[in-house]
Amino acid sequence: MKVWLASLLLLGGCSGQVAASDGTPPREELVVFAAASLTEAFADIATGFELANPDTKIIFNSAGSQQLAGQIIAGAPADVFASADTRQMDNVAEQGLLAAAPVPFAQNELAIAVERGNPLDINGLEDLARPDLAVVLAADEVPAGRYTNEMLAAKGIPVAPVSREPSVRAALSRVVLGEADAGVVYRSDISANSGDVTGVAIPAEDNIIATYPAAVIAGGNHSEAGQLFVAYLVGTNGQATLLDHGFGVLPSEGS
Amino acid sequence: MSGQSPRAIPGGLRWVTVLGALGLVVLILPLFGLLLKAPWPRLATLLAAPDLHAAFRLSLVTSALALAIATLLGVPLAWVFARRSFPGLGVLRALAVLPMVLPPVVGGVALLLAFGRRGLVGAPLESLTGLTLPFSTGGVVLAQVFVAMPFLVVTVESGLRQADPRFEDVAATLGADRWTVFRRVTLPLIAPSLGAGMALCWARALGEFGATITFAGNLAGRTQTMPLAVYLQLETDPDVAYLLSLILLAISVMVLLALRGRFLRSG
Repeated sequence: MKVWLASLLLLGGCSGQVAASDGTPPREELVVFAAASLTEAFADIATGFELANPDTKIIFNSAGSQQLAGQIIAGAPADVFASADTRQMDNVAEQGLLAAAPVPFAQNELAIAVERGNPLDINGLEDLARPDLAVVLAADEVPAGRYTNEMLAAKGIPVAPVSREPSVRAALSRVVLGEADAGVVYRSDISANSGDVTGVAIPAEDNIIATYPAAVIAGGNHSEAGQLFVAYLVGTNGQATLLDHGFGVLPSEGS
Repeated sequence: MSGQSPRAIPGGLRWVTVLGALGLVVLILPLFGLLLKAPWPRLATLLAAPDLHAAFRLSLVTSALALAIATLLGVPLAWVFARRSFPGLGVLRALAVLPMVLPPVVGGVALLLAFGRRGLVGAPLESLTGLTLPFSTGGVVLAQVFVAMPFLVVTVESGLRQADPRFEDVAATLGADRWTVFRRVTLPLIAPSLGAGMALCWARALGEFGATITFAGNLAGRTQTMPLAVYLQLETDPDVAYLLSLILLAISVMVLLALRGRFLRSG
């Protein structure tokens, strides 16, 4: 009977508190759903945030923004949502799930990832239409995929990808593994993997600006901590970390 | 148990009933959820979705090809396992059955390492013939064969072991050559096992997801099978995903009905 009770307690015990082994008060767990492209930047941001707020521990769930939005709409216990585009954030907002208006905290732009050293001599978007190249893109509903479609349509370049991946990181990994010759990913993704791939820049006049919004999700127990996190993202430390990881920061006020 | 009234459940057995009922609920409730929440009113319009057609056609074609290859290669393999004996056979058999229990995504990773463009076989294959398996329909078939063939091998092997070899011996003494023995005696003897093995193999190939998306990638019409379409449509148009799920559920039910009595019975 005692074993039964103990296992029930373990199963149901997700109260969001993390007890430290030395008897200090349990830390509050803040669940952040973050777009795949934010993985490394947010790991550093979490370190900085936890230093400034020792009572809070950040837990990440990383995936394509469209997957995260779907999970939140289906009731997943997120406290903060950081999306790679405003469309997925709007999808969540339409369901009445945000505690407050979303706050833009970073910008990003697209770039082409190719094999290290660029042996196939890919120099721009036009090269992606070459029939001998295996090009991967993110799927249409992934923010990066949508941006890529817009960008290529605006230039009138017909690209026939060999695969459309469920997240921008999945597309990048195809290039890293050598299965694809080129992939259209974020500039920040190339910064995060500079040892494994070479980045080919896309001229600013052809490129898109991706705006990343963050918002606190309504109905959770951690909205204060969530607001602190969002404030950290747009604060000096958060912006500096994002800049380090290849993101564009918000234009300063009045510019 | 004679003389025990079926309505009188002794105290200890009450727990068995409760736990058993709980298990049944866990298994059946999700299926009811799917049936109840399915977009029945939109069915007609959804069935016209082009991506759905593409995924449906691709799934049928690839799983049929995978079944054909698995049968062609798997029946002889099952015969070797059942009728032959040499040192190391046990190890080979364990390895051959491994893909059945391997997590599918791990299978996909292994396929990449073997048949990917930088893989053991894939790299020389590309440099010699220019052929690449990832991102191709052939890659989908390969992934399905990898995960589904062991089901056929195991089932047919079991049938061969149970078949009395004396029938084959008698046929041989009556003058039949080995191919005739196989065709006229062995195959009919193992027909139920072969049928069950093929049904299981086909169902597994049809439902394959992890290895397919990892190894073959995702492109509508070329590599996006029904399970992949469900996964991706869930974020685009959930109703299409629910409809695809219903179709796959219906196919699974049909497979189980076809296997009833044979698979559900022990031994």
